[in-house]
Amino acid sequence: MAAVQETIDQVKSIDVTEYKYGFVTEVEVDKPAKGLTEDTVRYISARKNEPAWMLEWRLDAFRRWKTMTEPTWSRVQYPPIDYQDLYYYAAPKTGASPKSLDEVDPAILATYEKLGIPLREQEILAGVAPENRVAVDAVFDSVSVVTTFKEELKKAGVIFCSISEAIQEHPDLVRKYLASVVPVTDNYFATLNSAVFTDGSFVYVPKGVRCPMELSTYFRINEQNTGQFERTLIIADEGAYVSYLEGCTAPKRDENQLHAAVVELIALDDAEIKYSTVQNWFPGDAEGKGGIYNFVTKRGDCRGKRSKISWTQVETGSAITWKYPSCILRGDGSRGEFYSIAVSNGMQQVDSGTKMLHLGRNTTSKIIAKGIAAGKSDSTYRGMVSAHRKATGARNFTNCDSLLIGDQCGAHTIPYIEAKTATAIFEHEATTSKIGEDQLFYCQQRGLSEEEAVALIVNGFVKEVLQQLPMEFAVEAQKLITISLEGSVG
Amino acid sequence: MAIVTPLKTAAEQQLVQQYADSKAALPGGPAVRALREQAFAGFEARGLPHRRLESWRYTDLRALLREARPLAGAGVATAAVEARLAALGLEGLRLVLVDGIFAPDLSSLDAIPEGVSVQSLAEALAAPREGLDRVLSGPSVAADDAGLMLNTALMRDGVFIEIAEGRELAQPIVIVSLASGEEERAVFHRSVVLAAQGSRATIVEVSEAAGAAAQQINAAIVFETGEESEIQHVRIVTRQQAATVEVQSLLATVGAQAKFDSFALVANAGTVRQQHFIRFAGEHSEIGLRGVNLLGGAQHSDVTLVVDHEVPHGTSRELFKTIAGGQSTGVFQGKVIVRPHAQKTDGGMKSNALLLNDGATMYNKPELEIFADDVVCGHGATVAQIDGEQLFYLMARGLPRPQAEALVLQAFAGEAVAFVADENLRDWLMREVEAWLKAREAASEVSTV
Repeated sequence: MAAVQETIDQVKSIDVTEYKYGFVTEVEVDKPAKGLTEDTVRYISARKNEPAWMLEWRLDAFRRWKTMTEPTWSRVQYPPIDYQDLYYYAAPKTGASPKSLDEVDPAILATYEKLGIPLREQEILAGVAPENRVAVDAVFDSVSVVTTFKEELKKAGVIFCSISEAIQEHPDLVRKYLASVVPVTDNYFATLNSAVFTDGSFVYVPKGVRCPMELSTYFRINEQNTGQFERTLIIADEGAYVSYLEGCTAPKRDENQLHAAVVELIALDDAEIKYSTVQNWFPGDAEGKGGIYNFVTKRGDCRGKRSKISWTQVETGSAITWKYPSCILRGDGSRGEFYSIAVSNGMQQVDSGTKMLHLGRNTTSKIIAKGIAAGKSDSTYRGMVSAHRKATGARNFTNCDSLLIGDQCGAHTIPYIEAKTATAIFEHEATTSKIGEDQLFYCQQRGLSEEEAVALIVNGFVKEVLQQLPMEFAVEAQKLITISLEGSVG
Repeated sequence: MAIVTPLKTAAEQQLVQQYADSKAALPGGPAVRALREQAFAGFEARGLPHRRLESWRYTDLRALLREARPLAGAGVATAAVEARLAALGLEGLRLVLVDGIFAPDLSSLDAIPEGVSVQSLAEALAAPREGLDRVLSGPSVAADDAGLMLNTALMRDGVFIEIAEGRELAQPIVIVSLASGEEERAVFHRSVVLAAQGSRATIVEVSEAAGAAAQQINAAIVFETGEESEIQHVRIVTRQQAATVEVQSLLATVGAQAKFDSFALVANAGTVRQQHFIRFAGEHSEIGLRGVNLLGGAQHSDVTLVVDHEVPHGTSRELFKTIAGGQSTGVFQGKVIVRPHAQKTDGGMKSNALLLNDGATMYNKPELEIFADDVVCGHGATVAQIDGEQLFYLMARGLPRPQAEALVLQAFAGEAVAFVADENLRDWLMREVEAWLKAREAASEVSTV
């Protein structure tokens, strides 16, 4: 178990409550006045040089948002958010979109270096396997700083750029697909996002193309009092394949920051999208001060026949997580998958899960959700599996397990299973327990310390999900889990 | 979020009027009257439960009760009532409610065993009694339910049973509740069972219609069981009119080292909402909630339960089997709460449903809410059609398809019935299951796929 030893070492090198990515980068930024009005929306749209239709679209969303009320059904508690006390746009002052890395503020480059994210395209050396390369879109506060490997991806026909760029350069695609999965008025936060979204990634993989490398986006919130509203749109045309990863970090601050993203995936006939998230926003300190409010709407639409969308998420950060990556299984024979590990410690609150909406015939879905709650945290799995009357032969398997570490935390499971056709087969199982004393005893008998034993058992507990992550991410995620649980073993 | 629900439906307005008209005549001393007032105020604030309310998500009582029927009169022992009682052919202690009113003449009061006291609820409410309001209120998790509030406000009668310390009853006490009405009426009744320390008893509730008219029934049964007691509760809801809407609340507070089991069979009913609110009041207790729902036509059965593990070392098991054909709807919403410090809780919840044909619907929502770490809790839920391989196996051995199906379904329901300890009761339940399966076969609802 080399990997386990590695995680233990990692833990030892880090202080108990230390959040590794909690530093602040000093850069000059451009931002409008605090608060949210039509002018803010116009400002954002103008800064991004958007066409008139986009501005209208945003304003329409904003007007609708004003008539909505914030939902309260989730199992999380937080003081009311003052939406007028936030900055909705913050961009590093580096002039208009840098042409090359040399134009980017060195402080930002240093930030990404510190985060361990490669922004310079690695030279292909003889003998080095090029499969390990990852194309990166780096989003810093409200803007995309740089997108790597664009040229090479272009050769394959893949469009990978920031959404702002896509609105300029591929307006037809954006207009066709934007908000076609998550409608503007889907929910309070999605509507807010529609009005003020700033940046995010856009991916289009044309017919029959297998994207030659992993695509990824790193989101970084840096500015104080700033909300991040990113919008990601991924389209896999017929027979295409793409694997996309996102990672996110933020500095340590005393105040709570809002992150309300919308992610839309569209898979046409025989296409496959694999979407992986390693979410590591600042979770707040041990007393629950600070941290990111992560209110995210993620939804994939298996529009085509035999299409497949797979969500994998490792959730360790954020003070509050409120997200349900879902699949609409519209195409006949389409497949949805959801693999999740949610680790909560300290005062974190997680309310997460998925929806698998079976609409087409012979659609299948699988849900593996692992929740680990430690400290005084609360972790909730909330999921829905439903079969429409016409979804004959729908099949679902759901497994959600919760592990509790310590007697101050809570783990909850709220699944909805709705079958309207007799030919559907839905299976759901859930368990909640603490780490077995016999398992711990067994490991300790063989010379492992308690901490090592817990790490070993937890790694085993989440193995099924980690296996779904791309290799580089799996190692990182495994480390993250151990770090998040550090200090939770007595 | 405070949901402000103004009273607006006709039924809600009628209920307000009915309560205003009848409250002076409803039984109970000042304490009970205060409880009724409080409950009705709660109902007025909430209105009839509707689908926007999480716990009533799948049974929209507001939509189902377009109009609140007039309150039923004093139950009359019609010929049909007597015929039904004769057909049930019950031995031992039988307590009969006609339209929710206790009928001593129809009951076999001479069979009351030693150490058991029986009175009508109206009598019990009128007599001053220490802690009566606590008993009537039941577990705290029931406090917010508008369906139960209506029952508290309008309950007219029922039976009040007390079982003395250490008494072990050889025969079950059967409470038969018959609706006599030839006109549509509303019935509100409640029974209470206080089982003292170390007592053992089986309580059976039968709810049937003897009249031809659909009824609006709102019933409740309250159990308070003492230390080391063992209580088995069996409920059979059957032979109802298709348009009958029945809300059945079960409130149980279970003492230390006690056992409490409840089993409910719903077959040939209209719309039935059963809600169980169970609280562990003492350590090392075991509770089991099980049931079988046999649904066809446009029937609707909702089982919603909340099991509150308030103390450590509690064991709870739930198992519900639903067979849904026709255009029927089955609902299972189970919630197991493990409070902080309720360590060593062992909880297991399972809901299995078979859909016999397209058009039938099953909603499953098994919830866990856990605040203690040293627990073992799990739940499972399945929805499927009859296993083709099982059918093939039986048909390959010469059974025609309808019989093969009936056999599989019988075994499916039997898995839950098997937990009823009393053999006679088990037989009774299985007879009801078999009768339902036969009727289904005769009505050739059997799919031909």
